[in-house]
Amino acid sequence: MSPPAAGVARAPRRVLPGFSLTLGTTIFWLSIVVLVPLAALVAKSSEVGLHGLRLALTDPRALAAYRLSFGASFIAALINAPFGAVVAWVLVRYRFPGKALIDALVDLPFALPTAVAGITSTSIYAEHGVLGRHLAHWGIKVAFAPAGVVVAMIFVGLPFVVRTVEPVIAEIDFEAEEAAASLGASRLTVLRRVVFPALVPALLTGFALAFARGLGEYGSVIFISGNMPMRTEIAPLLIVTRLEQYDYAGATAIAVVMLAVALLMLVAVGSLQTWSRRRLGGVR
Amino acid sequence: MNPARSSPRSKMPRSKMPHETQREVQRDPGLLRGVLLATALGFLGLFVLLPLGAVFVQALGKGFAHYFEAISDPKLHESALLTLLVAAIVVPINLVLGVGAAWLIARFEFRGKRLLVALVDLPFSVSPVIAGLVFILLFGRRGLFGPLLAARDTQIVFAVPGIVLATLFVTFPFVARELIPLLEAQGVAEEEAALTLGASGFQMFRRVTLPKLRWGLLYGAILCNARAMGEFGAVSVVSGHVRGRTVTLPLHVEILYDEYDFTGAFAAASVLTLLALATLVAKKLLAWQLVRGRRAGGAA
Repeated sequence: MSPPAAGVARAPRRVLPGFSLTLGTTIFWLSIVVLVPLAALVAKSSEVGLHGLRLALTDPRALAAYRLSFGASFIAALINAPFGAVVAWVLVRYRFPGKALIDALVDLPFALPTAVAGITSTSIYAEHGVLGRHLAHWGIKVAFAPAGVVVAMIFVGLPFVVRTVEPVIAEIDFEAEEAAASLGASRLTVLRRVVFPALVPALLTGFALAFARGLGEYGSVIFISGNMPMRTEIAPLLIVTRLEQYDYAGATAIAVVMLAVALLMLVAVGSLQTWSRRRLGGVR
Repeated sequence: MNPARSSPRSKMPRSKMPHETQREVQRDPGLLRGVLLATALGFLGLFVLLPLGAVFVQALGKGFAHYFEAISDPKLHESALLTLLVAAIVVPINLVLGVGAAWLIARFEFRGKRLLVALVDLPFSVSPVIAGLVFILLFGRRGLFGPLLAARDTQIVFAVPGIVLATLFVTFPFVARELIPLLEAQGVAEEEAALTLGASGFQMFRRVTLPKLRWGLLYGAILCNARAMGEFGAVSVVSGHVRGRTVTLPLHVEILYDEYDFTGAFAAASVLTLLALATLVAKKLLAWQLVRGRRAGGAA
């Protein structure tokens, strides 16, 4: 996207053909596949009414589901942010054997179907699993417990942090690092005072993306969580449960809450990116 | 006239080779380097490599005979066929419309563009479960168009069309997202030259734009295909799990798992995992192609 020149009215320069055609098809298709269906959700929720929405917000089972969904995806994003940044740093700055392989592996959570991620993590952390066995010794329960939800969300969120931070590391101004070093700063000080501040916007963006992804995640979580109401039931699962009970209104009310949060996250990510672009532009 | 700008959103780092002094300054001390490398590899090993390996360990746990028996289950083949069918419908549609959307967004300035970009990205941030739910609300028996569909005796949800629609929803942004930075980086000089030389809009697109986009298109198609074949949440909501009719491969995994047929579930999962690995390899190869293409473009 070209940076918009703020406040300057530009005459549209449409030498290239296809503006109306692509505008028409894009808006038409977007409407059919995305907007009309989402509008149906909003329309249905107006049927549910404010009272129904309040019920959906205050029903103890729904509250527990929100708490788990928000809490677990927040913790997962909080873990993903620093570790994802380290992975990105290593991938950009270091050379080591098998680097191409590691780089490809980062994208695995994008490519692996969530149902597969779900059953395989469950097999690892279940009571007799490779790790579950040892964790059980210490009295730590991951599968069929809230911790399992966090583990599943770390998996799906990881590439968002790495792929957001990576290009920023690659574009950090070398001269700033050089200047700091030549003024006598130790490497650690350079990393802390020069490199880290440059990464903050990307880190926050990656955090927000991973958080949003975790919030909506369904496939990989439902296998490992055990789905106990009030304890390990995530909000998307509660939507499905309500649907299966033909409680369309209840499902819609929860979905509207989740959708509103998703839209808020989208706005947050958008403003973060604008901010980071301005910051990067200032540095360059 | 219109220099190709490198978009800040493009995934590829700029292709400037760091010279020696730069590398010297940016070198981390050995201890730090070791700690960071170990942290990164440990984290990836624990959260990515281990689950990946566990798929095959579980699938082959009872020996190859069991595995091959599970793989040759006709139900698995049925569900794989449905998954292929859905992808075969969804990917071409998304390719055509993705090119259109990318052309619109990368080439023109217009009012409401930022909103449009946000809307195109919207399916990324909506829970797949909601993507399924909306189609139930539209086409379900008690949905908005439910009575109309019942009168015509057609079914959309709990049938293949619903699965296709839900998959279209979740894969909507993939192709456009890949093409927009590519188009922006390439600039418009060649297109404008073609037009000046008298090419029609269609000729320009077919002879100039499309060839430049081919690797990006393939890249987008591969990502879109991976998501289309692997989608679980949205499809699970609209599918109704009708055996032999609306069970895709990921749903087949779920059904077997819930029936405690773990070998079967992991055998089916291993097929999907191999698909994911093939996707990653193809993606990597194409990314190299794209960088090479961009370098060539930049040198010209």
